[in-house]
Amino acid sequence: MSALKIAVPRGALFGETLDVLDAAGIETAELRGGSRSLIFETSGVTLVTVRPSDVPIYVEAGAADVGITGKDVLLEQSDRVVYELLDLGYGRCRMVLAARTGNDRLAEAQRRLGTMRIATKYPRIAERYFESTGRQVELVEVKGSVELAPLVGLGDGIVDLVATGRTLEENELEVREEIVECSARFVANRVSHKLRAAEIDELTANLREASRR
Amino acid sequence: MIHPIPPGTRDVLPDEMRELRRLKQALLEVFEGRGYGQVATPALEYDEVMARGDGRAARSSYRFFDESGELLALRSDMTVPIARLVAGRYADSEPPYRLCYLASAYRAVRPQSGQLREFEQAGVELIGASAAEGTVEVIEVLEAALDAAGLGQAVIGLGDADLYRQLLEELGVEGEARDGVLASLATHDLVGLEERLTAAGIGSERVGTCVALTQLRGGREVLEQARGLGGAAVERAIARIGDTYEELEHRGAADRVQIDLGLLRDLGYYSGAILEVYDPALGYVLGGGGRYDGLMKRFGLDLSAAGFGLYLGRVHTAQLREQGRGGS
Repeated sequence: MSALKIAVPRGALFGETLDVLDAAGIETAELRGGSRSLIFETSGVTLVTVRPSDVPIYVEAGAADVGITGKDVLLEQSDRVVYELLDLGYGRCRMVLAARTGNDRLAEAQRRLGTMRIATKYPRIAERYFESTGRQVELVEVKGSVELAPLVGLGDGIVDLVATGRTLEENELEVREEIVECSARFVANRVSHKLRAAEIDELTANLREASRR
Repeated sequence: MIHPIPPGTRDVLPDEMRELRRLKQALLEVFEGRGYGQVATPALEYDEVMARGDGRAARSSYRFFDESGELLALRSDMTVPIARLVAGRYADSEPPYRLCYLASAYRAVRPQSGQLREFEQAGVELIGASAAEGTVEVIEVLEAALDAAGLGQAVIGLGDADLYRQLLEELGVEGEARDGVLASLATHDLVGLEERLTAAGIGSERVGTCVALTQLRGGREVLEQARGLGGAAVERAIARIGDTYEELEHRGAADRVQIDLGLLRDLGYYSGAILEVYDPALGYVLGGGGRYDGLMKRFGLDLSAAGFGLYLGRVHTAQLREQGRGGS
């Protein structure tokens, strides 16, 4: 049987993901060297490095047997069928509704118009949240720097991920509501989870151990 | 000039059509050879009929009114139409009834999700055979079908649809908490499962037991491991699975069956044994099935029933890959 393929997220989770893989007995030195390669053979497994938001499709399709990505990504792509096996605990952040500090345009819009204009990179999480809290919103999907939107009148508020809160502060935004806590998750392909049970169970146990150190 | 077709549908060209025809022929020969007569039903049913299938996943996604205002539905699977057909036509004859089909069904999956909105299924339904025997027979037909398709490495997962319903009842998890737990189980979200069980206040030891239970998959040893986790609901489920597995072993048909206590099909009508089919060549499930005694009751027939359906397109892809001919 071929080596187990693990999808590793580049970006914000990359460093800590490599640390936890190291601690679980998977050598990651090659990935740390700034190599342009996207695929690495190491310690009897194959590591493929992809964008965090691409991890669900790689794993769902079986192009990777298992992978690591943020809960925010999994929630946003909740129609992708992957098994969520483990909360790895790092990359902790909050999905929040934020608006301009000391400005009540958000509440004003809700009161006067009965709707709010919300800019976000996470339209599905935002849609589900406002629907479940019985509020109507107009969502504006942007791909980056969502903090900019309320400053230039693109929205009354934003739904975004916050780790330390510094970016919000620097853009004179404040948290108004917390939606959900997110962290890095270990996920598996449905078929691999069944057919490569022993390998995946062992890796899960090692990662659990490593992430609790 | 380009004339588009709806997302999630596709044309099939002669080369593939030829391969598919061979595959279908091979499957039908297995089914017919074991006494399963082929039936066809209309792609359109009354919505009320499809709705008896219960379960959100089985509910038809494409519904519309005909000229006299009746609500019609494009069938979302073949099990419900066949239950309808049997209840209407065979009620007075002596069971068991063995029927097979090869037909298209329709579901509103998201385009680009690797799945199609119109897809062909091949399968059998065995209605009116006693529970344990029926399940074993259906598994044997499934194994013969996989062999005929050339899927020598395919594995059949065998689980129990009642396990968690009964376990949660035993633990006193009810109402919304219960629905939440079952939803986590259906998507195999272990982090959510642990959170929801913890919130239900059943104590950390039992939470650990439930989570561990979902990870038990393998051969006969799985039943012993499950027994170690304890509880009357677990005991009953492993007795049911154990009976089926023992009979399969007895007939030399257990080799490619994997006992799986984490199995939970999303179609709401299953009760008792449930099946799922995997092949190492493909990341998607090839098909599934199980017992659906409750469904027959909804059509007014008190008969136990079992069956399976294979996604023809996926079986074809796995076939090409196992033969080393690629296929995307």
